[in-house]
Amino acid sequence: MTGFRLKTGGEIDRARPVTFTFDGESVTGFAGDTYASALMASGHMVMGRSFKYRRRRGLWGAGVEEPNVWLDITCGAGFAPGRRATTEPAQHGAVTRAATASPSAERDATGAFDWFGRFIPSGFYYKTFMWPDWHLFERHIRAQAGIGTVRRDFTDVPPADRIHHHCDLLVVGAGPVGLAAAVMAAEAGARVMLVDEQDRAGGSLLAHPAVIDGQAAPDWLAAALARLAAAGARVLMRATAFGSYDHGLVAVNQRHDDGRSDTMWQVRPHHVLLATGAIDRPLPFANNDLPGIMSAEAALVYLRRYAVAPGRRVVVATSNNRTGAVAQALAEAGVAVTLVDARADATAPAGIALIRSRIIEAHGRRGVRSVTLADGQRIDCDAVLVSGGLTPTIHLYAQARGKPAWDAEKAAFVPGSTVAGMTLAGAAAGQFTLAGAFAALPEALAPLGLPLAAAPVTGAAPRYEIAAMWPEPGEKGRVWIDLQHDVTAKDVELAARENFTSVEHLKRYTTLGMATDQGKTSNLAGLALMGALTGRTVPQVGTTTYRPPYTPVPYESFAAGRRGVRFNPVKRLALESAHRAAGAVLREYGGWLRPAFYGTDDSAILIEAKQARESAALFDGSTLGKIEVMGPQAEDFLEFVYYNSIRSLKPGRGRYCFVLSETGVVFDDGVLLRLAPDHFIVSCSSSHVDGMRGLLEEWRQDRFDPSRVFIHDATQHWATLTVSGPQARAIIAGAGVEADLSDDVLPHMAIGAGRFGDQPLRIARVSFTGDRSYEISIRATQAAPLWAALRQAGSDHGAVLLGMEALTILRAEKGYLIIGKDTDGTTLPQDLGLTGPLAKKSEEFIGRRSLILPDAADANRRQFTGIEVTDGLGPLPCGAHGVEDRDGRPRSLGYVTSSYFSPTLDRPIALGLIERAQARQGEEIAFQHLGQRRRGRLVAPCFLDPDGGRLHG
Amino acid sequence: MQIFTCPFCGPRPETEFHFGGDLGNARPEGFRAVSDDEWSRYLYHRRNEKGAVREVWMHMTCGELFAMERDSVTMEAAPGHALHGDAP
Repeated sequence: MTGFRLKTGGEIDRARPVTFTFDGESVTGFAGDTYASALMASGHMVMGRSFKYRRRRGLWGAGVEEPNVWLDITCGAGFAPGRRATTEPAQHGAVTRAATASPSAERDATGAFDWFGRFIPSGFYYKTFMWPDWHLFERHIRAQAGIGTVRRDFTDVPPADRIHHHCDLLVVGAGPVGLAAAVMAAEAGARVMLVDEQDRAGGSLLAHPAVIDGQAAPDWLAAALARLAAAGARVLMRATAFGSYDHGLVAVNQRHDDGRSDTMWQVRPHHVLLATGAIDRPLPFANNDLPGIMSAEAALVYLRRYAVAPGRRVVVATSNNRTGAVAQALAEAGVAVTLVDARADATAPAGIALIRSRIIEAHGRRGVRSVTLADGQRIDCDAVLVSGGLTPTIHLYAQARGKPAWDAEKAAFVPGSTVAGMTLAGAAAGQFTLAGAFAALPEALAPLGLPLAAAPVTGAAPRYEIAAMWPEPGEKGRVWIDLQHDVTAKDVELAARENFTSVEHLKRYTTLGMATDQGKTSNLAGLALMGALTGRTVPQVGTTTYRPPYTPVPYESFAAGRRGVRFNPVKRLALESAHRAAGAVLREYGGWLRPAFYGTDDSAILIEAKQARESAALFDGSTLGKIEVMGPQAEDFLEFVYYNSIRSLKPGRGRYCFVLSETGVVFDDGVLLRLAPDHFIVSCSSSHVDGMRGLLEEWRQDRFDPSRVFIHDATQHWATLTVSGPQARAIIAGAGVEADLSDDVLPHMAIGAGRFGDQPLRIARVSFTGDRSYEISIRATQAAPLWAALRQAGSDHGAVLLGMEALTILRAEKGYLIIGKDTDGTTLPQDLGLTGPLAKKSEEFIGRRSLILPDAADANRRQFTGIEVTDGLGPLPCGAHGVEDRDGRPRSLGYVTSSYFSPTLDRPIALGLIERAQARQGEEIAFQHLGQRRRGRLVAPCFLDPDGGRLHG
Repeated sequence: MQIFTCPFCGPRPETEFHFGGDLGNARPEGFRAVSDDEWSRYLYHRRNEKGAVREVWMHMTCGELFAMERDSVTMEAAPGHALHGDAP
C-alpha cells in the first residue's frame, strides 16, 4: 500500500521507536503514534473486517468517529478488547489483532460472506432463522456477531476510582474555542474544569494552522494552558464527557496510560459549555467503504500530527469549501492531488487540479485503485479523501433534552431549543469559522454572570459553503451508509418498502447507527435517504433519541469501588471471629454473614440438626430484628400494624404475629415482645429489619401522632445468643447466668431479665426450633464472654453449635414459616391457616380490607401445607410443582417451598403452597421437576411434636 | 443521578430515598363500609401524570416522610417539605 511517513514533521518522537505486532506482523512506529497512525505509516491498508459482510476495511477517521478499525490489545498483563485503533497510543511490545476478523484482517476466513451479501439484507436473520427454531442457529450466528473476543483467562482489573466534582463551569472540548472559554471564565474567578478526549489540548489547531491574538497556534495554545494553570483551572486530557444526566450531572471517563483503570468523574457544574466541535461525514458513492477511502479531515490530522500521508496519488472529493486546505497540505507534502468538488462554483487552491464533479463509484479489491466520476472519467489513485460536510457534535446537548434544529444552509442539525445550565460554542454550535466562534463566546458564557475579558481574535475566514450530497434512491452498486454495522442505501430502501419509515424503526430494523460508534458518521445520511424515499425533509424525518454513552465506557468505570465485597456489603455478627475460630463456614443469609454450619463440609448439617434435638444447641440469633416501639400511642399503633390483636398481650409476654401489606399479603412474621404497657420490641425476621423499620415509620408519621409513638431500631446494639433443646436450662445455669428460668416464672412466650456478671440480660423464651429455647440478649460488645461461657457449659451437656442450615431443618420439622420462602407475593394470612384475627379482631389493621376482597375468598387459593414423600425416593426437589393432569396436560397446583431430610425423623419432609391444600389433607398428589414425576401426600405442616410437649417442657 | 432535597437533611443523592406514592392517596377508612372498587383504587390506581406531580418520599437515612413536587418530564425536583410542618 500506500500510506507512508514523511521525512519530517508531526508530533512524533523519531528518536523513540515503538514496535508492536498487528495480526502477527511486526509494525514499528514512533512514540506519539496511535496504533492507527503507525499502521498507516507502515503501509497497512486492510486493518479490519466489516461486521456483517466481512468486507475489507481500512481507516476512516482519526478519532472517536472511527467505525472500522478495532483492535484487541494485549500489552503486558493488560488486555483491552475492542478498542479503536485511532484513540489508543501505540505501546511498545503490544500484541494487537483486528477485533472483527478471524484469523486476520488480511486473510479473514469468512470473507465469502460478502459474495452472497446481496442475499442477506436487513432483517435477513429475523426472517430466515425462525423455522424450525431460532435456537438451532443461535450459537453459530452469535459466534459471528460482536466486536472483539472475551478472553476466558481474563483476570480482573484494578478497581476504577470515582471522583465527585463540583465546579462553576465545565468546558467539554479543549480546542481553540473551549480553551478560550475556559481561560476567560477562570481568569474571571470561576472554578473551571476543562476536559478533552484527546491526549493533548488543541483540537482543530493541531491540524489547522491559525493565528490567534497575533500568535501562531502552538504559541497561543501553550500560553492558554499556562494561563489556565495560573488561574487554578483543572484540565483533564484523555477524559471523555460521555453522558449528561438528570439534575445537571455530567459523567466524564478519564483514561490513563500507566496501567491504572480509568477514573470516573461525576461532575456537577453550575454551567456546562460544550465546545465539542464537529465530525466530517462520508460521501455517498458505490463501494465507498473500500480501504484507502478516508475522511479528508482525518487525513489532515494524520499528516500534521503524525507526519503520515495516505498515498502518493490521492483524489480529494468534497461537497464543501473546507477541503481545499487538505488538498493543498497534501500537495505541499509532495503528494499528487486531484480535487473533485461537487459544487458548481468550486475553486481550488493554486496548483491543485480541480474537477467540478462527484465520484459515483470506487474500484479495487484490497483497496481503492481508481474512481469513476459522474462525468464518466476514471481516475487512478491509491487513496481517496472525502468530505461530506460537518456534523456538529451535540450529543451531550441532545441527551439533556435539547432539541436540534435543521440548518439547511449548513446541511446539519445544530442546537435548537435552549437547555438550562448548558450552552454551546464553536463548531458544536454550528459556528464553523474560528473568528465567528470566538465572537460568540461572550454570549455563550453570559450565564456565568461574571465580568469577562474579551474573547480572542483571529483572522476572518470564508463562510462555510456546502452542496449537500446524500445517498439517492435507486443508486447503482452498494453505497455504504453505516460502515460499522454494514448498512447500505439498499437496506434503508428495504426498510422504507416494508414501512419502517419512522426514524426509530429505521434504526432498529437496519441497525443503522446502533454500533459502538453510535452513528457519528452515518446517521444523517440514513435520515436524508429515508426522507428522499418518503417525500419528507430531513427535519421531518427527525433524529433518533441521543443516549449516553457518547463512546464506549468500560464496566469497571461504572462499578468503581462497588464490586466484590463492596458491591452489597454484608452485615457482620459481633461474634464473627468466635464463629470462625470454631470452624464455621460463613455464608450470606438475608444480608447477614452467618455460620452456615460448623465443620469442613455440609455433612455437619445433619449431625447438628440431630444432636440439637437430643441434647441442646447454641446458635447466634443476633440478626433477629429488635425494633423498639415506645410511647403512649404504642399500643394503638401496633394494634393497627399487626394482623393479630395486641391489646390483650400482657407486659412480660410475647406473641407470634403477622404483619401484612395493604394488599393483604403477609409481609413479615415474628414475635412481638411487650416489655411494659408502652414499650414493645418488634422481633422481625433478620432480613426484613430495614423493610419493617420503613413500614413502621411510614404509618407512624402518616397516621399517628409522631410525638406520641417512637421507633428505634436497636438490632445491632444487642447480640442474641440462643440456647435450645432439652438441656437448655441446665446449660444457661451452668454458664453463670443469674436468672430465674423456672417454667412458672418463664413459661414459653414469656420474657425475663437476668444478669451475666455486671451485664443486664433480656431472656425471651421463644422458639424457632420447636424445642425449649431461650433467646438471651446482651449488649453486643459484651457478647463474647457470655458466648464462651455458654459453650463451656454446653460442652458438659453435649450441646452442639448450630448453623443456619441445620436451623432451617429444625424449623421445617415444626412447620415454622420463613416469609418469602414458604410464602410468595400472593400469600394471605388465611392461606397459612391463621384466620382467627380476621374473624375476631374488630379494629382496623394494615391490609384488612384486602382480606375480604373476592379474590381472597377464592376456594382455589394456594395454601400452606406439609408434604410427606410417598415414593421412597428421598427429598423432593425444592421448587417442584404439584401437578394434576387435565386433558392430558399437566397443570400446576403450586409448588414445594422447603424440602429437607430430617435426621430426627429419618425421612424426608417438605412444605409447600398447594391449591386447596387445607381441604385436601391426606390426599396424594404428583410432583414434577425437570421432567421427573414424584409422589407426595398433603399433611399438616408439623412433622414433629404436634402437641408441643418439647416446647413447653 | 438525581438530587432530592430532604426537608430535614438537605440535598442528598436519589439512592437514599424511597418512593412513597402519590400525595393525597387517602386510605379509605372503615373496612365494612369501603367498597371493593374504592379499596382497589386506593391500592392500585396511580395518577401517573405527565408534568408536575406531588408525591410522598421517605429519606431512608433519617427515616422521615416528606412531600415533594417533581416534574415527570423534565425530572426537576423542588425541595421537599415536611408532612407535619416541623422541619428546621
